[in-house]
Amino acid sequence: MGRLSILQASNLVKRFGRFTALNGVNIEVNKGEVFGFIGPNGAGKSTTIRVLLGILKADSGEAKIFGKDAWKDAVDIHKRIAYVPGDVNLWPNLTGGEVIDLFIKLRGGNNKSKREELIQRFDLDPTKKCRTYSKGNRQKVALVAAFASEADLYILDEPTSGLDPLMERIFQECVQEAKNTGKSVLLSSHVLSEVERLCDRVGIIREGKMIESGSLGELRHLTRTNLYVETIRPMDSLASLQGVHELVKEGEAFSFQVDSEHLDNIIQYISQFGVTKLESAPPTLEDLFMRHYEGTSKSANSGAGGRP
Amino acid sequence: MFEQYFMKTGSLARFILRRDRIRIPIWLISIVAITLVVAEAFTNLYASETELQAIAETMLNPAMTAMVGQGYGLDNYTYGAMMAHQMLLFTAIAVAIMSILLVTRHTRTDEEDGRIEMIRSLPAGRLSSLSATLIVLISTNVVLAIFTGVGLYSLGIESMDWEGSLLYGSALGATGIFFAALTALFAQLSESSRGTIGLTMGGLILAYLIRAIGDVTNETLTWFSPLGWVLRSEVYVNNYWWPITFMLVISIVLIVASLYLSAIRDLGAGFLPSKPGRKHASPMLQSPLGLSYRIQRTALLSWAVGMFILGASYGSVFGDLDAFFSDIEIMEQMLTPMEGFSLTEQFITMLMAIMSMLGTVPVLMAFLKLKGEEKKNRTELLLSHAVSRTKLIGSYLIIAFITGFVMLSLAAIGLWAASVPVMDEPIAFSTIYGAALVYLPAVWMMTGIAVLLVGVAPNFTVIIWLYLVFSYFVVYLGGLLQFPLWLSNLTPFGYIPQLPVEEMNITNLTLLTLIAATMIVIGAIGYNKRDIEG
Repeated sequence: MGRLSILQASNLVKRFGRFTALNGVNIEVNKGEVFGFIGPNGAGKSTTIRVLLGILKADSGEAKIFGKDAWKDAVDIHKRIAYVPGDVNLWPNLTGGEVIDLFIKLRGGNNKSKREELIQRFDLDPTKKCRTYSKGNRQKVALVAAFASEADLYILDEPTSGLDPLMERIFQECVQEAKNTGKSVLLSSHVLSEVERLCDRVGIIREGKMIESGSLGELRHLTRTNLYVETIRPMDSLASLQGVHELVKEGEAFSFQVDSEHLDNIIQYISQFGVTKLESAPPTLEDLFMRHYEGTSKSANSGAGGRP
Repeated sequence: MFEQYFMKTGSLARFILRRDRIRIPIWLISIVAITLVVAEAFTNLYASETELQAIAETMLNPAMTAMVGQGYGLDNYTYGAMMAHQMLLFTAIAVAIMSILLVTRHTRTDEEDGRIEMIRSLPAGRLSSLSATLIVLISTNVVLAIFTGVGLYSLGIESMDWEGSLLYGSALGATGIFFAALTALFAQLSESSRGTIGLTMGGLILAYLIRAIGDVTNETLTWFSPLGWVLRSEVYVNNYWWPITFMLVISIVLIVASLYLSAIRDLGAGFLPSKPGRKHASPMLQSPLGLSYRIQRTALLSWAVGMFILGASYGSVFGDLDAFFSDIEIMEQMLTPMEGFSLTEQFITMLMAIMSMLGTVPVLMAFLKLKGEEKKNRTELLLSHAVSRTKLIGSYLIIAFITGFVMLSLAAIGLWAASVPVMDEPIAFSTIYGAALVYLPAVWMMTGIAVLLVGVAPNFTVIIWLYLVFSYFVVYLGGLLQFPLWLSNLTPFGYIPQLPVEEMNITNLTLLTLIAATMIVIGAIGYNKRDIEG
């Protein structure tokens, strides 16, 4: 990409006993970019993130953030990053407000107005003890503390689990604002529509390996386009053409998927029959995702639970 | 109407019994067993009439009265009277704690965790959970009363007759039912399980204090304490049944009130307003050190008060000690008289060993909290900030060191302060304080092992607790059971010079400190190198 790289992980390997959680993970996040990190439960997302945070030590491979080693220079790096886990565990006898202050202070920033603003936007009551918070509210505490800090890199591990759609929207605004001010974000998520909306680039992990990585455009290029076509004369031999999949006849119309490299041929073929209606849709991230996991769902679920 | 409120109460009661099929028997067996063992032990400890009478004398001491209650039947101090006087109150407190914990567990805790909601969504009555809990608790306490009563009678001790034994058991059972009812009521008032336990434990402590003050100063005051009623039954001497009846009547009133309040309130709500907490963190909190203190504050302060009271209660009997010891055979086995030192001074050395080991408990708890936090995934959150592992482990170590110093100091201060007014020739403060603080290197050594475990073998931290229990047995029972010397050399507490009787031994203390320091360094390095679990 040629842009300044903020986070660089290459060939990360992490084993827990005989179980290999990471088997050569590569990630690169550039400045000002939102990187989407997707994969099913147990694929190694959280483990990767914990290696990046210097909480787990990789067995081999290299993880660098801001050009520093994620394990050795953890404290230095953490001054400039903000982390939100998917399952926020807080101290039951402290209030939300106290925890937010503690986190902001520990990171070393002090932005009072931002804190108040975020508490309002996320509609959080900071005077309640953490033990009384629901999952969504604990998540809000971590999000407020993260976005109130002046971090350069946000590492967010399924940050919207437990949030309602309104709050999810607020979260997306916050990510967008961070991006607009040149901050970078590593966003691991199950909500593919969210990743699709926010992320510039996406990496897909499966069984501890990155199987796909690139911009959404690049990823789409590798896959299929959805077409919906109505023609004057019936297209008799459409099914026999190379690159056509999932053909469904709907009255006089056809809906089907086309491999990107055959798109040109197909369009030329269709145009002979007098096109009355043509709709095309890019594949959704969900299509991409499913294509990678179809037939592998059994093994992909084996490590469910997400945490080692 | 009845269905609306009580449908499925029976099934829920059986379900509670199923959930507590281990918990309840453990409580019952422990309480009954301790009662029987102590009763049996009294007959061995005090073999003659004169010895019994000597104990009766010490019971006139106001400090003793405050602690165990007013003596009765002292002119003819039988085993029964002694048992009822010295054990009934403390056993009743244990029974009360059992009831408080069990009731809270099945009322507010279940409600807080959303389990009551699940049950309410089924065809179960609105009051079924609460009634089922109370039915189980009442049955448990009735069983306790019968077992204790029959058990005491079956020991065949002359002064422990059938009626008295049954009353003894009933007094325990009634206390249990009373505190079960009180907890049920407070569970309606407070919004959380912590709040419920806090209120009822507070009530229990208040009941004890009112009785203590009342017994020493003004008898009318004692009547305001349920624990006062327990002692008014004068078991094995006069066998009054009416205080127990009175207690049960009050319990019924409390139960009716709790059922009424439960019926009119919303699920999850309480009648006491929960006050909003702090909106901002105080500057004190905003560091790993502040945080690690804050999350253990209540526990540490409770331990501090406990250590002081423990010291003070030992100190308060120092006045009669020399007379007391010369009468008791078992004590002479533990303390062989030594030239130039009073028995009291020798007793101090044993007390200090015991108190220093008890004081090690909060020290280890304070440090091992680090491990607990890691298990709960909160260490991960902290370390994702600009906090180094060295700083984190250091914060917990500082708390542990301060805790050790404060616990030993408070125990010694309590001991000294309570001993001064009751002794003819008080022991100097510096003597007592020195005898306590000399144990600090042993406490550090235990801390060092804990650091080593957390840093290098975090899944084996339980070893340090086993080691402490081992030390306790070796040091406490070592003298009594004539354990070989090498056994006591296996615990750091065995290397501490027993001031003031023994000579100061700087070499041992220095060595212990050095070994502790080495283990702390190795542990800290290990902690910096290993994965954080979660």
